[in-house]
Amino acid sequence: MIPTVEQVREMLATKAASLTVEREQLLAVANFLKTEPQLQFDFCSCVTAVDYIKQDCIEVVYHLYSVALKHGPLALKVRAPRALEQCRVPSLTPVWRGCEFQEREAFDLFGVKFDGHPDLRRILMWDEFVDHPMRKDYVPPMDYEWEPTPHGETLARAKAQGGVVPASVLEAKK
Amino acid sequence: MAVDPKLQSDLQKQGVFVMPVEFLYNWSRKSSIWPVQFGLACCAIEMIAAAAARHDIARFGAEVFRASPRQADLMIVSGTVTKKMAPQVVRLYNQMPEPKYVIAMGACAISGGPFKDGYNVLKGVDRYIPVDIYIPGCPPRPEALLHALMTLQEKISKQHLNEARWYKKETPAEFPVPQYGAHDLEPPANPKVWEPPKK
Repeated sequence: MIPTVEQVREMLATKAASLTVEREQLLAVANFLKTEPQLQFDFCSCVTAVDYIKQDCIEVVYHLYSVALKHGPLALKVRAPRALEQCRVPSLTPVWRGCEFQEREAFDLFGVKFDGHPDLRRILMWDEFVDHPMRKDYVPPMDYEWEPTPHGETLARAKAQGGVVPASVLEAKK
Repeated sequence: MAVDPKLQSDLQKQGVFVMPVEFLYNWSRKSSIWPVQFGLACCAIEMIAAAAARHDIARFGAEVFRASPRQADLMIVSGTVTKKMAPQVVRLYNQMPEPKYVIAMGACAISGGPFKDGYNVLKGVDRYIPVDIYIPGCPPRPEALLHALMTLQEKISKQHLNEARWYKKETPAEFPVPQYGAHDLEPPANPKVWEPPKK
């Protein structure tokens, strides 16, 4: 459902203005926010994603500002299921050109596929990489052979791999 | 080989300089160590500061930052080596002519530093290329880099021509460039260069 101008104005008056929409409506809402003369969200400053592993969804967040009317930010949020094949969201690059690289980053690190993106490739990791490292279930490669100052998870991984850990660290943990 | 210091001094007063060839050779090498011009992260800013007017790396004959590895003697690994960048760093090192030296500048180049547990950070550049001097610090001050350079000069002046690493047949001329794998670099370390310390 596309919000009215009044509803968006009310949101902007609150401290953390946010608007959650369904995937099907995202493009329509984005176009409305950009073109409505009383709102004119002409600048998308940030695109990122959040992994809600317990709720089994990934939320993509767009931060919108209006340079012309000097208001914002408005967080435009949309949720998609975590499973890689279904983790798809319509791309907002056709609406705000500046989203291109940031959507590529969200794709690279979270595995969100943006339908309609002109050039959806990895941007930070290499092309041969298959994982999405900012997902909470990402397992980093085992390279804990030598850990001079490990603690917490790193110490557990070093032990699991049979890595070298200084005796002083192990004694301090006892 | 050694020349009697008194005789050397007497001859010097007459304008005759007597010294081993090795000394002259090492002296000329250590007095013009040209680094490769490349920086990886914030340590590179300190490296630039060391090259600028206040610290002036030119006093040590190392101000000529070469834009090509083929003309350089020294590689200053200044900053975080990401896994994506590691193959390029090794390739640059391979392209440098012998004799060549490496300074690992800062915590990240030594061990991965604060980003050690990151998914895209190499835990020390010494996993792929042999490092001569390590400078701790985050980032090290320009003075620390100058100290590393002086330490390297000391190291060079002590090298012997007949024992030089780069004349030996068993020394590899090239180090294998790691490949991008599905989860990590392959191999994750070069066992000929680096292995974890013994327990």
